[in-house]
Amino acid sequence: MNVVVCVKQIPDPADPGALDPNTKTLKRDGKLILDESDSYGVEMALQLVDAAGGGEVTLVSMAPNGETAGLRTALAMGAAKAVLVSDDALQGSDALGTSKVLAKAIERAGQADLILTATESSDGYTGTVPEQIAELLSLPSVTFAKSITVDGSSVKVQRQTESGYDDVECPLPAVVSVTAGVVEPRYPSFKGIMAAKSKPVDQVGLGDLGVDAGSVGWAGAGQEIVEIATAEARAASTVVEDDGEAFQKIVDMLAELKIV
Amino acid sequence: MTDYRSPVKDALFTLRHVGMLDEISSSERYAHADPETVADVLGEHGRFMQEVFAPTNRIGDTVGLKWSPEGVETPAEFKTAYAKFVEAGWQGLNAEAEYGGAGFPEAVFTCALEFMTAANGALTMCPGLTTGAIECLQAWGSEEQKERYLRRIVTGEWTGTMNLTEPQAGSDVGLCTTKAEPQGDGTYKITGTKIYISFGEHDMAENIVHLVLARTPGAPAGTKGISLFIVPKFLLTEDGEPGERNDVNCVSIEHKMGIHGSPTCVMSYGDDGGATGFLVGEENQGLRAMFTMMNSARIAVGIQGVALGDAAFQKALQYSQERRQGREVGGDSKEPAFIEAHPDVRRMLMFMKSHVEAMRALLVYNSAAIDLSRALEGDDAEHWREIAELLTPVSKAWSTDVGMEVTSTAIQVFGGMGYVEETGVAQHYRDARIAPIYEGTNGIQAMDLVGRKLGMRMGGVVGEYLQRMRDLDGELAAAGEEFASIRTELAAAVDTLEGVTNWIMTNGLANPVEALAGATPYLRIFGTVTGGWLLARLALGAKADLEGADQADVAWLNTKIASARFFAEQVLPTAAGLVPSVQAGSSVLYEVTPESLASV
Repeated sequence: MNVVVCVKQIPDPADPGALDPNTKTLKRDGKLILDESDSYGVEMALQLVDAAGGGEVTLVSMAPNGETAGLRTALAMGAAKAVLVSDDALQGSDALGTSKVLAKAIERAGQADLILTATESSDGYTGTVPEQIAELLSLPSVTFAKSITVDGSSVKVQRQTESGYDDVECPLPAVVSVTAGVVEPRYPSFKGIMAAKSKPVDQVGLGDLGVDAGSVGWAGAGQEIVEIATAEARAASTVVEDDGEAFQKIVDMLAELKIV
Repeated sequence: MTDYRSPVKDALFTLRHVGMLDEISSSERYAHADPETVADVLGEHGRFMQEVFAPTNRIGDTVGLKWSPEGVETPAEFKTAYAKFVEAGWQGLNAEAEYGGAGFPEAVFTCALEFMTAANGALTMCPGLTTGAIECLQAWGSEEQKERYLRRIVTGEWTGTMNLTEPQAGSDVGLCTTKAEPQGDGTYKITGTKIYISFGEHDMAENIVHLVLARTPGAPAGTKGISLFIVPKFLLTEDGEPGERNDVNCVSIEHKMGIHGSPTCVMSYGDDGGATGFLVGEENQGLRAMFTMMNSARIAVGIQGVALGDAAFQKALQYSQERRQGREVGGDSKEPAFIEAHPDVRRMLMFMKSHVEAMRALLVYNSAAIDLSRALEGDDAEHWREIAELLTPVSKAWSTDVGMEVTSTAIQVFGGMGYVEETGVAQHYRDARIAPIYEGTNGIQAMDLVGRKLGMRMGGVVGEYLQRMRDLDGELAAAGEEFASIRTELAAAVDTLEGVTNWIMTNGLANPVEALAGATPYLRIFGTVTGGWLLARLALGAKADLEGADQADVAWLNTKIASARFFAEQVLPTAAGLVPSVQAGSSVLYEVTPESLASV
């Protein structure tokens, strides 16, 4: 079974991030790392391929400057190869533009039985790319998977909901987004790191994918960032005086926030 | 409180500018360790350590270990972290490829060991001692021993220990009395007691391979009569799997000031008839085998200085940007300022930062010298072997003394909260306190430097080393005004070191006690001047890197230059102040008696 995993390389969240005042977007000129939310998809894919007894995991990513640091982490975990789309014209791409590019890159990656993504990236948080990719590829879309089992030509997914989970089944190939924390991503072994050095990374531009530069990037974006502003300082906390019923007030507050 | 973050970028920068990584990786022996691969390896290793080892550090300190007659129980989190360490294959990073290692340079391993030690110094004692056992077996083990034991140790499946110390034989291993009786079948029966055996017993691996110093019947007295034995916890079956339990037991563990997660064991051999041991190398050659691992073990302890120093510094730096106290002097705000705004706190931050960088540079440079001594041939190899020998006692003693000062300064930045255990910074200080003691006390290191190392080639080795430091002057002069103070202070400090070195060599030959009386302040001068020289080289490297650097790196590189300037202007001048205590000689020390020192 062949699985394609969409992965994003993002600025290290542990470093203080900065916005570029000209483009009003996140600065991405430093080193990029594998988005942690994608490491669950990579692990899930490796486990599924292992369980199927054959096949391979292919990564698909879009990043500026031919950046591969994050891809190398995923290759070191065990993915077999990667397709990296890097093109100056991609700057400013919105979620739909990103989906168009990733869909074409997935096709380039070869015949896939299953396409995995995270539910959302840790730097953009639009959370719409997986469904858009599925639509563009005319494939079924299942979101928020907390477990996945492949059974011949169909996939069974436990789909996380607010109150529990849904059992969902759909034919393959399909696009499934994986919830963070559902598997424990392995750490690359020393051998894996060394092996990753010789794994192929197919670096392509928009022309190679047959994507019209006018349909992506700033040119194709359906959004415009009109202003960036400093977030308001956190408001003062709420103090609940215990009159013997404080617990109820706290439970109500937590319920309102949908935490309990 | 933010968690420890492995300083991968700093390590790579140090490897490039003082660690001679380009030269090392252009040799045939280390061709696989090209800079890009090293960056990948240290990047993932660093992430592993900060995410897997670091969260277990405090648990080791507070939960600690449980001893019972059945063995030593480590915290569950240690077992999980260690299993992942084995799974990832990190134990073999610098082990020889022939028995499953990755054969990476010591300079790279030094950086990796720093990350591990900073993440969890107590847990790292286990793979650290295992590395010593690997080196010993690589050099002296028989082919069969390498196949049966070394392979499984290199993977980390089995761990190794070093059993030298006995109650009456500490720094002086020649006093060892553990007995080894030949059994006529090639094996020996080992009986005796060893103390201070780190990870002598634990529950993280399925076998423990003890390397034990003992005496055979009729062996010469002193260090010339010591032999080295493999004593596995479980004797191996025919097919090499752990089988019957050997007669070796941990009879207690010490209650210590720090490294609570590292079991310091009293090991009893032969309570029930004798433990089966296997000779490593030849009889009476045990000390030579020990010396094989001595250099790298001393460097490993020196690494504890930089590692724990950096872990404490990272906490202090963070706290200084969160804690508000006092108004900024000369500032407009009526609000309390973050304490980093205060001049004395800034000074402490710079003290810690520059010393951490200097220690790291020294350890990497010393390790790189070992690599070049192995990778090159003939005179070149000999030259680097000499440099490595010269610097090893300095790496060990200076870095662990400074490590104490840096962890102590970090507590000072925290103020009262630093003395409260919950901030975690006090643990680094307690954990660091053993480092000036074990693997040869710092006093012994100073004696080694003065008594053995300065005399190498009749002073030729240290003379060339001093000249090498002077040779940087041209580059510093060409680097412009920004480097003027570094240049002036370094030149003065090298003069100081040269003068005091000449004094030691002249007076030491006439009367060794005169030289040894000042050995410790002499080593301090040696370390300080070396640190200033290496920081100057890093600063020149930073200046070169500034050309065409990404905007994101400019401040980072300028900080390297500022750090070297701080050290040159405020630390290097202290070298001259120590000269009188080196040259005072021994008379005042012996005018008194221990009895007269008592005040009542």
